[in-house]
Amino acid sequence: MLNRFLRSLTLVSTVVLATLAPSAHADVLANVTKSGTIKIAVPQDFPPFGSVGADMKPSGYDIDFANLIGKELGAKVELVPVSSANRVPFLTTGKVDLVVSSMGKNAEREKVIDFSAAYAPFFNGIFGPDEIKASKADELAGRTISVTRGSVEDLELSKIAPPSAVIKRFEDNNATITAYLSGQTQLIATGNVVAAAVNERSKLRRLSTKFLIKDSPCFVGLAKGEAALQAKVNEIIAKAKKSGALNEISQRWLHATLPAGL
Amino acid sequence: MAYQFDFAFIPDYAGMFAHGLAYTVGLTVAGGAIGIGIGIGGAISRLWNLRPFGNLYRYYVELFRNTPFLVQLFLIFFGLPSLGIKLVEWQAAILAMVLNLGAYSTEIIRAGLQATPPGQIEAAESLALTRWQTFLYVMLRPALRKVWPALSSQVVITMLGSSVCSQISAEELTFVANFIQSRNFRAFETYFFTTAMYFGLALLIRQAMRLIGRHLIVRRPLS
Repeated sequence: MLNRFLRSLTLVSTVVLATLAPSAHADVLANVTKSGTIKIAVPQDFPPFGSVGADMKPSGYDIDFANLIGKELGAKVELVPVSSANRVPFLTTGKVDLVVSSMGKNAEREKVIDFSAAYAPFFNGIFGPDEIKASKADELAGRTISVTRGSVEDLELSKIAPPSAVIKRFEDNNATITAYLSGQTQLIATGNVVAAAVNERSKLRRLSTKFLIKDSPCFVGLAKGEAALQAKVNEIIAKAKKSGALNEISQRWLHATLPAGL
Repeated sequence: MAYQFDFAFIPDYAGMFAHGLAYTVGLTVAGGAIGIGIGIGGAISRLWNLRPFGNLYRYYVELFRNTPFLVQLFLIFFGLPSLGIKLVEWQAAILAMVLNLGAYSTEIIRAGLQATPPGQIEAAESLALTRWQTFLYVMLRPALRKVWPALSSQVVITMLGSSVCSQISAEELTFVANFIQSRNFRAFETYFFTTAMYFGLALLIRQAMRLIGRHLIVRRPLS
């Protein structure tokens, strides 16, 4: 009995939500222009993209870019801190207009939300000092590379590295980084965010990007069917890439120039 | 029980396991042979207070017996490059094993030498043995015979301790186990098999040490 009641309740609520949801955010761009404010979801626990500083204010790559969008739209930005688990529901229920929360694109997400063009680099790659040239996997021949055992970059590198490349696998990120910094390996395979954090804290040996081994850049998330807003956001991203504004944000938070292919 | 045991992947990794086992054996043989050599030198220097070795040995033994092996290993591998001394992982692993076992065996062998009854040395002198003969046959050999079981145990302990060399990417047996486990997530099967290999290896090392002791030192059955 209860079971059947719950089932019908689920059915009813699904139907209600399905009919209500589209009207909840019909033409967000028009609403934003009218009200002069835009609500943007940003991370609060994911440095350097977004974290809460000592002054309790969020700061980071995503926050800077969210503010840039607001400036371009001529709207006041209302930052809404989200976690990686609830950022999509915040968007689908109309609590925010945009999600700028270092979000990657995948098939499941594309079923429920739309994406802009890529606005931030997020990748696993090979890093090393400037004097070592390595622009593709073949050029790793004879090189020693430190990597954290079992990580995504370990699995990818193990597939693409030539047999003469020496992959040294360590227990955790810390040992992997220390092995590179102390000169025990010539190169290191890790994430660009990790590399940025290391470059900020240590001047022992610079980590410059050599090439990408797995790319999953960040996109702005939008509610389904917001073509006008999507076009506007894409326009802002293209403009920021051209003017160097995005590169400036990248330099500030990732200590690296924006990859050309982004 | 929900977990489905599956050991079928072990043969696929037979080559890697063999590589890891050989690496561990290599570390143990090198560490054991050189370490015991250092121990004999150290015991003599300490006992007769040969300058400057006696004092140097004292600091060395205290330092290495009172710090964790893992930290010694990290200091050698990650720390020494800052001083311009760069050892690759197998060199760092062997050096750490040698230094560690050297420190412990110094104390073990010194105990054996100190237990030589003075009358035994006086007897040797009255038989007109040279100093070298006295040392070799009347002191060192009986001393090693006394402490050989303790020394064998220390070699086994050092062999088991070599598992932490996986932390500096030395591809010994534990490294291989961790690597395989990171690829197929079959933790129980991988570590069960690895445990069996370590156990077998420990028994083999004890047996080997018995044989070495019998042929090189005692030349008569061990008690």
